[in-house]
Amino acid sequence: MLNQKKLIVSHAPFWHDGSSIRVRSYHIMLAALPAALFGIFTYGMPALGVVSLSISFAIIWELLINKVTRRTISIGDGNAALIGLLFAMLLPATSPWWLVATGTLVAVVIGKHIYGGIGGNPFNPVLIGVAILMVAWKDFFDFNEALVNYDLGFAMVYPLAAAKHLGTSGIEAFSTAGLLLGQHSGGIGATFGLGLILGGIYLIIRGFIRWEISVSFLAGVFVTALFFHISDPSQYASPVFHLLTGYTLMGAFFLATEDSSSPVNFIPMLIYGAGAGVMAVLIRNIGAYVDGVVFAILLMNLINPICDKIRPKSLGKVV
Amino acid sequence: MIKRSFIGLTKPMLKYEALDVRTPEPTIIQEPKKVSLFLDKTYGFKDSILLKIGDTVKTGQKLSLSENSEAYVISTVTGKISSIETLTGDYGKTFTSVSIDVDDHEEIDDQFKTLAAEPTLDSANNFLSGVPGKPSFKIFSDPEKPINTIIVNGIDRDLLVATNQYIVKSEIDAIKNGIRILKEITGIDNILIAVPQNLTQDAIGGGAQVTTVDSEYPATLPAMMMQSILGQILPAGQSCEDMGVCFLTAEAVASIGTAFEAGRIPSTKTVTFVNKDGVKSLVSAKIGTPVRSILNAFGVTLNEKDRLILGGPMTGATLYSEDFPVLADTDAIIVQDRNNIPFVSDYPCINCGECVRACPANVPVNMLVRFLEAGQYEEAADQYDLYSCIECGLCSYVCVSKMPVFHYIKLAKYELGRTTSPEATNA
Repeated sequence: MLNQKKLIVSHAPFWHDGSSIRVRSYHIMLAALPAALFGIFTYGMPALGVVSLSISFAIIWELLINKVTRRTISIGDGNAALIGLLFAMLLPATSPWWLVATGTLVAVVIGKHIYGGIGGNPFNPVLIGVAILMVAWKDFFDFNEALVNYDLGFAMVYPLAAAKHLGTSGIEAFSTAGLLLGQHSGGIGATFGLGLILGGIYLIIRGFIRWEISVSFLAGVFVTALFFHISDPSQYASPVFHLLTGYTLMGAFFLATEDSSSPVNFIPMLIYGAGAGVMAVLIRNIGAYVDGVVFAILLMNLINPICDKIRPKSLGKVV
Repeated sequence: MIKRSFIGLTKPMLKYEALDVRTPEPTIIQEPKKVSLFLDKTYGFKDSILLKIGDTVKTGQKLSLSENSEAYVISTVTGKISSIETLTGDYGKTFTSVSIDVDDHEEIDDQFKTLAAEPTLDSANNFLSGVPGKPSFKIFSDPEKPINTIIVNGIDRDLLVATNQYIVKSEIDAIKNGIRILKEITGIDNILIAVPQNLTQDAIGGGAQVTTVDSEYPATLPAMMMQSILGQILPAGQSCEDMGVCFLTAEAVASIGTAFEAGRIPSTKTVTFVNKDGVKSLVSAKIGTPVRSILNAFGVTLNEKDRLILGGPMTGATLYSEDFPVLADTDAIIVQDRNNIPFVSDYPCINCGECVRACPANVPVNMLVRFLEAGQYEEAADQYDLYSCIECGLCSYVCVSKMPVFHYIKLAKYELGRTTSPEATNA
């Protein structure tokens, strides 16, 4: 018996479908890449600098917090890199290095690790980072001011700011096709509508994000914006404009769908997505902020645990 | 191993094994030099042990451990008892293993033959509970839980396994006898035979009402079949027997038929053997044959850190030794190469919801597993439907974090069972 071969013993099942957090993270990054690359080509080296710095810093912060809290090193799962990439895509190309460093620190440490790391975060880490920066240094998120030195051959005014301050007359220069092809200013990876939509569809088909959240978010934005537009077409922009500007598409496909902070049951997913969409347009049209996506999703993150209690009855459960 | 499909939007599609149009010929494993037979109970210090090392036993002889215990095993060979040991299995289950050195000259015990002419529930209970397929007869004599329906399972409970389908195809006459005898000895007329679509024609010969079962996992688990065949929903925490439904495998019914017909207790088990490269073959071996003999017959060499599985890939159990025997309910033996073994990890749940969508019982696995990880089993049972779980293993199969979800669930059920009735585990 002593010389016996040691076999692996473990509990059933003995199969696994081969999915992993790493595969998931890298595919989401892959889907975000077209939009990010478009931003880099549009805004040049400063944008490349912001993206690289953001990804590197996110990984470094994750590594440091792993060391400090004496946990296993978790940078290999790609989640930190994903946070870095998505964070950079929301920033203007001219963001200074310290803004990127602080933002990723907040995102990785306060957004994720103080809750116990991946899976424990009640809010989307990227949005926590962006929200704190937006409140602390709001001038850096004024895209008109940040991108003042750029002339890319299209109207360089930030569409949402124009719509808010000037009404529909301020946004006549933007065509739907132009918005889809990224001919408007905004965050590095948030302007190329077509790229974001294709990335989102890829993620939905591969099952890496839940389509219910994306679709209901977009529906929420569309319907709310439509009501505003009907009530006063001269003041409130059209629903399509709201869908394609600001962080709407980023929010629908990459931010609202973050696993840990979003529901998993069917009806709660619809409530969560639609709620975030409605809130986003409400903040845009009657709130203080130019773009409401960040706060709208954070707000819906808050109701996620209660919302997710609406679930189908389990098999044979009497109560 | 079936991997996630490119289009991940849908639920995993795991199809049961479908038998070819031609009936495969099982490979017959030579009678080994030594067999081990398992009794479901250990012997206590005060028990007078009826068996001792050196006793000679005949084929078909009933071996009981002691007079005040009902546990017995039918010897499948003729020979001398060489050792009696106690083994511990999963979740505190205990066995007594009786090893017999096989004699060249086979002698057949005829105690059963005299009883076989007139089948009764008693003689079935006393001699046939260890036949291939391992039918349980005790449930028929429980006055508190009367059984009114018997479902003969002609499709295997787990993936890759084709044992019971093979029995339906090749031994339908024996099944017919078995069903007739079951009707006679239990007095239950409502006997159904459940088969996959492709075996409907074969199953008609069984002389019972034929129903078809969906060929997608987990449609053949008892709770699912209760729902699809009988339209009854199994209440959480109850067993099918509580509802008056008894499941018997096709092989068990065929064994009953053969036993009473031939007056001899069947001892040959049909097993699906899955090689390292995934090639499946049917094997016919005596109960008690060590797994090693089957591996040798197929020329399989086990390496360090390979995995040996008794049962299917979703619900089976692993072995730590090649000397472990084929049991009466071993439907499959699977060998996994060390390079193909998916490991579990200690990552937390990321709340992706794959398990919630895969769960056939609508259990909120994402919440359940958080409580199970923390050891809060009572909360898990009260609030998050632990007892609704039908133990299919799909949650672990799809888990992105590779958490051992199924293991957590089984452990929680075991621990809760222990706290509620400490004596139950030894019963």
